[in-house]
Amino acid sequence: MIAVLLILVPLLTGLITFFIKDEKAARFWTLLSSLGTLAVSLLGLTVMKSAADLHFSAPWIQPLGTTFTVGLDGLGQVLCLLTAVSYPLVVIGTWQSSYKKASNYFALMLLAQAGLMGVFVALDALVFYFFWELALIPMYFLCSQWGGEKRIRVTFKFFIYTFIGSLLMLIGILYLQSLTPDHSFSLKSFYELQIPYNTQVWVFWLFFLAFAIKMPVFPFHTWQPDTYEQAPTGTTMILSGVMVKMGLLGLLRWILPVMPMAVDHWSYFIPALSLIGLIYASLIAIRQDDLKRLVAYSSIAHIGMMVAAVFAVNQYGFQGVMIQMFNHGINIIGLWVVVEIIERRYGTRKISELGGLALQAPVMTIFLVIIALANIALPLTNAFVGEFLMFNGLFNIQNQYYLWLTIMAGMGVILGAVYTLNMIRKVFYGEARTGLVAGGDLKWSEQLALGIIVILIFVGGVYPQWLLNITESASTELVNKMEIIRYVAKP
Amino acid sequence: MNALILSAALGVIMMFSGILLKSKSAIRMLAIAGAALLLLVNLAEMNGMVLFHVNTRGMIVFDQFGLLFNTIAFACTLLYFILSGKDMEKVGNNFSDYFALIFFICCGITLTSSFKSLLILFLGIEIISIPLYILTGSDKKNLKSNEASLKYFLLGSFSTGIMLMGIALIYGTRGSFDVARLFGPGEVPSVLLMAGLLLLLFSMAFKVSAAPFHFWTPDVYDGAPTVFTSYMATVVKAAVFIAFIRLFDEGFGFLHPNWKIFFVIITVATLFIGNITAVFQQSVKRMLAYSSIAQAGFMMLALFAMNTDAKEGLLLYTTAYCLATIGIFAVLVRMKDYTFDGFNGFAKHQPLLAGVLTVFLLSLAGIPLTGGFIAKFYMLKAAMGASQGLGLLIFAVLMAAVSVYYYFRVIQAMYFKEGEENARIETSAGFRYTLVLMAALIILLGVFPNLLLGFFYF
Repeated sequence: MIAVLLILVPLLTGLITFFIKDEKAARFWTLLSSLGTLAVSLLGLTVMKSAADLHFSAPWIQPLGTTFTVGLDGLGQVLCLLTAVSYPLVVIGTWQSSYKKASNYFALMLLAQAGLMGVFVALDALVFYFFWELALIPMYFLCSQWGGEKRIRVTFKFFIYTFIGSLLMLIGILYLQSLTPDHSFSLKSFYELQIPYNTQVWVFWLFFLAFAIKMPVFPFHTWQPDTYEQAPTGTTMILSGVMVKMGLLGLLRWILPVMPMAVDHWSYFIPALSLIGLIYASLIAIRQDDLKRLVAYSSIAHIGMMVAAVFAVNQYGFQGVMIQMFNHGINIIGLWVVVEIIERRYGTRKISELGGLALQAPVMTIFLVIIALANIALPLTNAFVGEFLMFNGLFNIQNQYYLWLTIMAGMGVILGAVYTLNMIRKVFYGEARTGLVAGGDLKWSEQLALGIIVILIFVGGVYPQWLLNITESASTELVNKMEIIRYVAKP
Repeated sequence: MNALILSAALGVIMMFSGILLKSKSAIRMLAIAGAALLLLVNLAEMNGMVLFHVNTRGMIVFDQFGLLFNTIAFACTLLYFILSGKDMEKVGNNFSDYFALIFFICCGITLTSSFKSLLILFLGIEIISIPLYILTGSDKKNLKSNEASLKYFLLGSFSTGIMLMGIALIYGTRGSFDVARLFGPGEVPSVLLMAGLLLLLFSMAFKVSAAPFHFWTPDVYDGAPTVFTSYMATVVKAAVFIAFIRLFDEGFGFLHPNWKIFFVIITVATLFIGNITAVFQQSVKRMLAYSSIAQAGFMMLALFAMNTDAKEGLLLYTTAYCLATIGIFAVLVRMKDYTFDGFNGFAKHQPLLAGVLTVFLLSLAGIPLTGGFIAKFYMLKAAMGASQGLGLLIFAVLMAAVSVYYYFRVIQAMYFKEGEENARIETSAGFRYTLVLMAALIILLGVFPNLLLGFFYF
């Protein structure tokens, strides 16, 4: 029931939002709706934890062998919680921004949330594909309608890119379905499949391309900086904070347990790709002048690290990735909120045109420094826990190759510190530039959003046990599943 | 049988209504009532109420598959009359004759969906084609319309000749027109039979505008009055596809491995040419012409696969495709400017119509939640079931991704570009509600395809 509610609440409230013509009312309604979703998500975490509450299944298209099956496991819980938490933060963080045709904007945002929730709870491949696309369509309209100058071209590139990926995934899904003995799309039947080694090795790519484009992993990332730059910031927050996790969820739920031998086969190639992406994106981030592009490249770098840890295939790596998915979402939304405030207040995102903001806005500076430190995973911040576990996962593979990969990942983290601290130094300290209009310090809504984010950062850093508890069973299960299948497959 | 006789009678009635009824709206109402009646009697036949009993000596058999397609075709015709009936007035003076011709086409459709003999197939195809030649040239003072009509007529008769030749060769080897007795299991096909089969294949591919027999399509669709292009590209094409799959399933099913390779070639060529050429069009009308070729390529996947999924999927596909395309054409007819730029700022002036058009375009592109997705999905699933379909499938989805480019160009123009006043069009409330109904049907089909598929399983 919880899983269905997580989709239905944003879906229905989103449809209603289309008809709320007043901007303030629409914004308030969206906040209410997102708080409602958050309440449902928390309910699923605390009170209604039984399997009967979390799972739901109903016949859908019988001739095709698909049922509307949704449910929450540990991984789904974390991602749904992230989605549910980030929406109120996005609404509050951009409270001061005003949009043309605001009702449509907020309605599409909520519909996108419904799509995202659907992806995270779907336990049937066709349902998964359905929501995978549904999350994309509102995003397409949001970015093309409310984005920057080059929005139409850039968003279209993004759309075509992801659409090609997802169509290939559709073929992969169909292929796996044709292999199942009962011709079913359910995740359970997929898990029971025993696919020959040679088949796995190429079917893997049909799925992985879709996920790699979404995350994005190194050679498929070219849509991402442009889209993040051109999209309205509220949408970018969702894109980078939540939507990229669709790809990681796809990896963890739809590739690893289904095609474990292929994961083995490609476990040298893909981590190398993603870590090249990590170094490459960090190096580019150092040279960026535009704040939005800087954060965008930093996001590529973080995702690269997570993908590499997934392919390490062990408990530490999985749990680290699951925790990091949540924390990365929170941190990057915090960064975007600050970028949005700077842009609205000073009319520019160029680092070279900014400087000495700490004098004008000391409170904002404190918030940003904390978020930035979390972004480079300093101890006591939330990202440290995840990053530490991921390093542990990579290092635990007793293998020369992975040792070098770990060293590469370490280099990436150092580079991350370089561009983040450099940005802080240039934008907030140093000489105040003339021509910057004094905009005063933060408004109440911005303080509220950033305050919540900072609290989440410290809670996640000092007491991460609650997150570890949620993800523990899921990651153990994943490890076991892969071990069993490997064992069965290689007698 | 109900629909066959009634549609022929309605055609005659409509011809005389031009003399008896003076007001144009009365003629239109009569035609709409006629289409509704046609739909009703066909539904009645689906439920076992056969009004006319004629001994056809097994040449026509009205089975569930054919009747279901008839229902879809007549429903689309009804919607088409409601949406575009008024626009036919602008084409020429012989208002009532246009309706009469379309009813004759309906008569041909009933034949092509239910034939059991090659003779009836030929009759059906001809009864469909000849009114189309006339409708294409109905804008008499327009040079392009005349040219299109002549082109269509010449090429069409040529392909009819090829079809007759094929039928003659097959008759020569088998001594029968009966589709069921064309080829049995375990037989060895003679050269003559194979030649006849190929000739039939080519002529049918011509009628559904599959590449490399598609060259007439863009010119004819572009030259014909837009109202009639709408009907030609949707219901008629779907009907010929149904005939196509019936012929090759029932007649040559056992020869499947022999002719499969031809379908692979035709499908790949159709998908490629249709999609790639559509990308470069500047006129939405011409883009839709090429898009109809591209969609035909996707429907060809059903012929390639030739299993139960394929037949069900083809019905779904035709439904989703017809609804969406008729809807887009209905709006396009009323636009002053047929180019992509003509749609600039459309969403600002006509928010409702823009929303509905978006649903239609998303459906054609095959985005989930629309009927178009389920239809494409069925095609892919069917082809996956057939052996050696994987490469073809990957090619098909890559082409589907290309198709997104030109469908979304319209959406981009409507929503994200500033436009002038020429995006303003006049619509009545009935027109808008019908379009909304069609969009709702498409979404319903996309979420609960069971509603249509259920007909196969009761």
